Amino acid sequence: MTTVDTNPGTDTRKAGRFVYISAVVLLCAWVIVPLYFLLINTLSSPDTVNSFPKAFVPEFDLGSLSFFASFAGMLTALKNSVLVAGMTMIMSIVVGAPAGYALSRFDFRGKELFRLLILLTRAFPLPLLALPLAVMFIRTGLDDTVFGLALVHTTLAIPFAVLITFSLFSGIPLELEEAAWTLGCTRLTAFTKVVLPLILPGITASAIFAFVISWNEVFAAAVLTIENRTLTAFLLQNLDTSPLHLKFAGGFILVVPALIFIFAVRKYLFAMWGIANR
Amino acid sequence: MKFKTKLAGAVSGIAIFVSAGVAQAETLFWSTQAKPVEEAQAMREQVLAGQDVDYQPNDGGPWLTRLNAELQAGSGTIGVLGALHGDFSAMNPDDLVDLGDLGVGSASATFNELAKLGTDSAQYIPWMQASYIMAANKKALEHLPEGADINALTYDQLIAWAGNVQAATGDAKFGFPAGPKGLKHRFFQGYLYPSYTNGVVRTFASDEAVTAWEKMRELWAVTNPASTNFSFLQEQLLSEDVWIAFDHTSRLAQAFNERPDDFVAFPAPAGPTGRGFMPVIAGVAIPRTAPDMDAAKAVVQHLLKPETQIATLRATNFFPVVDVALPDDLPPAVQAAGDAVAKMSASADANPGLLPAGLGDKGGDFNRVFVDAFERIVLAGQDIRAVLDDQKTRLQAIMDETGAPCWAPDAPSDGACPVE
Amino acid sequence: MNARLLPYILILPVTLFLCLFFLYPFLLVAKQAFNNGSGFTLENFQEVVGYWKFPISLKNTLLLAAAVVPVQLALALLMATMVNKMQKGRDLILYVWTIPLGISDLAAGIIWLAIFEQSGFLNSMMSGLGMIDRPMNFLSYQHPGIVFLAIALAEIWRATAIMLVILVAGIGLIPKEYYEAAEVFGASPWKRFWRITLPLLRPSLQTALVLRVILAFEIFAVVAALGGTLFPVLMGETYAYQFDLLNSGAAAAMALIILAISIGFTLIILRALRVPKGAQI
Repeated sequence: MTTVDTNPGTDTRKAGRFVYISAVVLLCAWVIVPLYFLLINTLSSPDTVNSFPKAFVPEFDLGSLSFFASFAGMLTALKNSVLVAGMTMIMSIVVGAPAGYALSRFDFRGKELFRLLILLTRAFPLPLLALPLAVMFIRTGLDDTVFGLALVHTTLAIPFAVLITFSLFSGIPLELEEAAWTLGCTRLTAFTKVVLPLILPGITASAIFAFVISWNEVFAAAVLTIENRTLTAFLLQNLDTSPLHLKFAGGFILVVPALIFIFAVRKYLFAMWGIANR
Repeated sequence: MKFKTKLAGAVSGIAIFVSAGVAQAETLFWSTQAKPVEEAQAMREQVLAGQDVDYQPNDGGPWLTRLNAELQAGSGTIGVLGALHGDFSAMNPDDLVDLGDLGVGSASATFNELAKLGTDSAQYIPWMQASYIMAANKKALEHLPEGADINALTYDQLIAWAGNVQAATGDAKFGFPAGPKGLKHRFFQGYLYPSYTNGVVRTFASDEAVTAWEKMRELWAVTNPASTNFSFLQEQLLSEDVWIAFDHTSRLAQAFNERPDDFVAFPAPAGPTGRGFMPVIAGVAIPRTAPDMDAAKAVVQHLLKPETQIATLRATNFFPVVDVALPDDLPPAVQAAGDAVAKMSASADANPGLLPAGLGDKGGDFNRVFVDAFERIVLAGQDIRAVLDDQKTRLQAIMDETGAPCWAPDAPSDGACPVE
Repeated sequence: MNARLLPYILILPVTLFLCLFFLYPFLLVAKQAFNNGSGFTLENFQEVVGYWKFPISLKNTLLLAAAVVPVQLALALLMATMVNKMQKGRDLILYVWTIPLGISDLAAGIIWLAIFEQSGFLNSMMSGLGMIDRPMNFLSYQHPGIVFLAIALAEIWRATAIMLVILVAGIGLIPKEYYEAAEVFGASPWKRFWRITLPLLRPSLQTALVLRVILAFEIFAVVAALGGTLFPVLMGETYAYQFDLLNSGAAAAMALIILAISIGFTLIILRALRVPKGAQI
């Protein structure tokens, strides 16, 4: 520090502010820099991708990206991915949120068992479950449908939906609901008018999880869809065996839509401060 | 609950709409080969152009899971399977349609025999072949040990060469596919063991095998230590992290195609018992659940046509299995690899091996015996003799369980191949 | 509506859903672990546990979880409280910090390999700054510590956002009055964090930790990309049994072992961070 301040109080506050801002900047850099490297490699010619030392400025070679643009079936796969992710989002919340509410508000027999069942779902690898699921789907005609895949992805997303909504409902005082009841609300209207707005951010959080889980899931998508392949099954599955420059470009193409989605819903996720200021 | 019923209705409506769109017109070609995105694209646009085929390459896991699910369910969408010999030999022959009466096959009687999978009739049709070769950056050539001929290297010369490169550049620049998806086990089974012990199973724990592993340790000492991450050596050749490499021909191809003037391809080295090498065979088969048998058979016949085989060569860097005259305008990688394989087969000390046969679904366990030996001896530095004696019991158990007879270069056996 | 029945009605959809799409296939798979074709057996468990790589992969998985999860928790808490204090640009900063959420583990592996490989970005940077003469080999068997560090860094980068989002949503629910009151009584920011934020955040902390720990035991793709064959983990071994050795019995046994470990840790976390009924806001 070059400036000498006679007041030690403002000095520490300034120093604190400086530490705070640099921490924020540092953490942002920590997230962004690796992605920036991905961008550089995506926008580089194959030669540059393999060269050393690497450039730190992209050269805007669109060769790798345009390879994918001409890839037959990209758009259909993109559409399928969005459809599956959208259905997963809706189903996981519609099915999951009531359970989260029940877990936070009621003591009932079998509650612990139920919670464990929810968690079990996430603790067992899907690639092992894919075989019996695929047999079931082929027999019931769910095979190779966007809806069938969304069912499997919903299974993956449900633990997030239930647990996140549970923790948020737990954070909302029961008195608030009770107050609404005494003011003439039924259980349902108290829920929709008082509780629901409060947990909107949480719902958004679980929606993001559902979307991202579905978007990035490869194995079930590769096994359960043929004609209706999702973008991940179509593209990412074979990326690791592809040449470097296409690997990066493909990775980039997969990352971008997820980022756009999170960007689009972020204001719901982060809108809670006003509400909490009740 | 009204909202929910509405939603359920909407969702099932979408499901019906979506499934109605699935009209099975195309034959689904479900393959583990030609996976990299541009190869898959070339398969669709060149090899299968004009055919009503949906070419879908997959990783081994999804490939197998989907196939098994269809077999279990008793009905399916897969028309044609494309995979390696080992994938098919792990299957129950009853699940594959007999293709003996199809009238197509490889020019090689050995391949056609392998494709019977121990039955009386062809269970798959050999589709394309490849091998493993060496490749080097031309910058490495000046470091060749004195008197060494690149087309007739020995393992000792290879080790000396890689040592020279390391001394000159300060970096170990031999590359070995020891990564998770690398094909290191084939190096031990088809190259190192035949070259040092003239066998694979019988000689697994012989004294010659101990020598072979000592050489492997010497080679590893001059190998890029990041090799445990390498699965496709073309990447490291291009980035020049590696100057000399051993790998599958199609996993080196990109280096030659991108910078044909910078690299040379040459035969694998030789040891005391010759120049061991082995082929890679990919085949096509039809599962018993194929929805349209005739269409599937037509695809198989199409794939075996000479002109399709040449298109496949261009698309995948896998060589034809039928007799065809190769055109002159092939991609650089194909020319380089073709030359190296030809020199390898024609060398005076050639000691060709065959693919493991008769192992059924124990092929993976068989590979693991060799990979474990490598990880314990070379990476963990355990005593060679002790490791081999320990792994030997596992190998013997696999041979006894499957009853697989010996294959070349092991001497033939009555019944299960013995580990001596 | 009957209040005693209500919770069951609420959990009915999830239960049905999970029974059909999880429990049913799960039981079929789990059965394979205890069956060798002729009847009940523990052979599969003996086989996988007796394999020489099992202790190594178990140790690796646990060590990695032990190294990564606490850092992620601390980092996520720090980020969440920082964001909470922010007046300007909150939206943007939070968005940036949640970006890794959208990146699959496969893509994360590709990105971090590009950083750590021999001709990668880290070496380029270091040689650009004149710190090294020629590129170093970070991911080699000679430096297991660096390999571990690289994997841990990639995991921290990729998966901290999962906790962050849950915690941010939870912090938002803590009434501002509590902080205002604490400020009136002259509590330091540090004290406010320990006395208000942490205790009231317990439900969210619990969720975040449980989910993160369970996912940590399933780590695979990032490890495979950076550690290659050097760093075996439980999930990698499970896939090897299923898809390389075609031994679904052994694969199921491995998966059940991972499941048991996950349940064990889940119960510990649930107990440690129990939310007593009376202690709710």
